[in-house]
Amino acid sequence: MAARTITIKENILGANAEQAEINRKRLDGHHVRMINIMSSPGSGKTSLIMQTIHRFRNKYRIAVIEGDVASSIDADKITQQNIPAIQINTSGGCHLDARMVQTALDGLDLDRIDLIFLENVGNLVCTADFDLGAHKDVVILSVPEGDDKPHKYPVAFIEADAVLVNKIDVLPYFDFNSDTFPEIISGLNPSARLFSLSAKTGEGMERWFSWIEETLS
Amino acid sequence: MSLALKTAATAGARKIISIHLVVGDYTGVVEDAVSFYFGFLSKDTIAAGARIDYTHVPGQLRCRDCDVLFPLQKHDFHCPKCDGKRVEIVGGRELYIENMEVE
Repeated sequence: MAARTITIKENILGANAEQAEINRKRLDGHHVRMINIMSSPGSGKTSLIMQTIHRFRNKYRIAVIEGDVASSIDADKITQQNIPAIQINTSGGCHLDARMVQTALDGLDLDRIDLIFLENVGNLVCTADFDLGAHKDVVILSVPEGDDKPHKYPVAFIEADAVLVNKIDVLPYFDFNSDTFPEIISGLNPSARLFSLSAKTGEGMERWFSWIEETLS
Repeated sequence: MSLALKTAATAGARKIISIHLVVGDYTGVVEDAVSFYFGFLSKDTIAAGARIDYTHVPGQLRCRDCDVLFPLQKHDFHCPKCDGKRVEIVGGRELYIENMEVE
């Protein structure tokens, strides 16, 4: 048979995008909101989630899906707080995809949940390319990482609904320029909400909590 | 990979000779890694031994202030015309199969 060329022009992540839409509709059917949290390792995703659970545990029914390359350290921290947590281990994979999230959702009683935090694998590169079916995407950048990260890893920042600068309690010890940073974010993503906070000291957390309430209202 | 096999099956192809991928610079796709894993994944399928051709799409930015288009160079997000810092990424996020050669 002679060789011939078939035109395809179909997105490689198309199957993931379809699954993400299925996840989102499933959550909508149960009136659950899901917030996807992305950052480098060690920026404070788990700490932020823990503090947010602490603040809202009497108001909303919260669950957490933890994505990590290996271990259940993060999920264990959450379950110790009597909050349902599902651990996804990607076994080396550097991001979550929509199918993994579907499987995790199977393990949760969605009729008894108002809010799911989806803690993505610590990575600012490919996590941003995979729609998971969340309603909001949040990117955390911590002060020690430096204020140049949005320009180095722009994709994560241009699609975020909210950008959090965490660990502002250590600003005096680092070269992070908090005066020009808002301009960098609004330049790349004018619709992103920017929060400067410290999950450790609690500074700035109230504005973030208000945003969570807005998201759930 | 599944997209390529599905399309080939629909087209009644017996063998995939080559796959032409369009990859934007912002997608984080590493050619060497793709080719390496493709070898494993395509084993025992009609795509075994297929060649992968890549077309790169460079990062392209648009200044939100003066609308000028410019290529991304060395993580410099300043508009070369008006020095504005408000830029939109308009090119470089492509990731799709352009076409396949089959028989």
